[in-house]
Amino acid sequence: MATEVLDAAAAAHEAGHTAETSSGMPQLDITTWDNQIFWLLVSLVAIYLIVTRVAVPRIGAVLAERRGTITNDLAAAEELKLQASEAETAYNKALAAARAEASKIIAAARADIEADLAKATAKADAEIEAKTAVSEKRIAEIREGALESVTEVAKDTAKELVSVLGGKADARSINAAVAARLKG
Amino acid sequence: MAEEGASGFQIHPMDQFIVKPLFGGDHIAWYTVTNVTLWMAIAVVAIAAMLMLGTRRRAIVPSRSQSVAELIYGFVYNMVEEVTGREGVKYFPYVLTLFLFILFSNLLGLLPAAFTTTSHIAVTIVLAMLVFLGVTILGFVKHGIGFLGMFWVSSAPLVIRPILAVIEVISYFVRPVSHSIRLAGNLMAGHAVIKVIAGFATLVVASPVVIGAVTALYGLELLVACVQAYVFTILTCVYLRDAVGDVHH
Repeated sequence: MATEVLDAAAAAHEAGHTAETSSGMPQLDITTWDNQIFWLLVSLVAIYLIVTRVAVPRIGAVLAERRGTITNDLAAAEELKLQASEAETAYNKALAAARAEASKIIAAARADIEADLAKATAKADAEIEAKTAVSEKRIAEIREGALESVTEVAKDTAKELVSVLGGKADARSINAAVAARLKG
Repeated sequence: MAEEGASGFQIHPMDQFIVKPLFGGDHIAWYTVTNVTLWMAIAVVAIAAMLMLGTRRRAIVPSRSQSVAELIYGFVYNMVEEVTGREGVKYFPYVLTLFLFILFSNLLGLLPAAFTTTSHIAVTIVLAMLVFLGVTILGFVKHGIGFLGMFWVSSAPLVIRPILAVIEVISYFVRPVSHSIRLAGNLMAGHAVIKVIAGFATLVVASPVVIGAVTALYGLELLVACVQAYVFTILTCVYLRDAVGDVHH
């Protein structure tokens, strides 16, 4: 399509080529148009080749690759995040399990200790009971002894008192009197 | 100051646009190596350097030069995709070619003593005709005779449809004209104005003001260079949408 313009300009150029620097605008000097248009088309083809052969494929590939990299990185980040949350869940589970285990162990230990304590308490109670029984027996013996002693002392005292007061008392009547008194 | 008195200002704002043979001679044949050739070749080399050197390592994490290439690629790609839709993406290399050529020619033309290839109607009219003819042919290939439905505004009342059709057809054929003259005119005007103002720098009194004005204009022209490349490209996309998209209106 541009060759038509080129031909037209060339025709114009052949038709009348006068002095190159005509007065007024150099833009309207039709004799230079064919030259400009020729070099313009050469330049445009060169730029077009650079653009299509090198620039567009290369830059397009770089942009696509960058987009791919970003997408991949985002996906990887998402995956890592998922893994992290999974790890957190596992950690929480393990923590809960460990806590349960610990409380079980504590309960077992407490039960053991309580059992030992109960045994020891029972043993101590039994010992205390035995000791109490012995002590009570001894107390009863002592009390018995004391009562006997009191009778003895009362008889002796009464005999002594009677003899001091000048009476002559036989042992049998005093004994009987003291026993009657003690009984009452 | 002495020159001023003798012959007035020697300001030739249009001389920068003269096409000259590089290796002497007066005759300019179609194959003659001229300053046009030189500056188009510089543009091609610059584009090649940006696109190929920067991206040669194909880094996932781009270097600065690779970022520039990717930025331009992404900018044009998104423009094509947004304006023409998914269907238009396969014409992306053509659009990118046009954009790179115009952008680099505009920017290289701002170098001192440079020749601005895109300030010539001959260049921009070819660029615009490439788009115009390409879009028209593509439209007829894709839609057949239905491509003409573009001119029949079915949403308008039936009475004014023929009038609108005439206007639509005229505006369609004016497209390459406005498309090309907008680009060349903007650049030519900007460069000529800078040259005119710079010419006043020979006046000692005015020179500080001139330097400031040229600096400001240069900044404006940088903006114009980029904006005009963008405008040309986005209009290309808009025209392309007519051909590849649904026939609308």
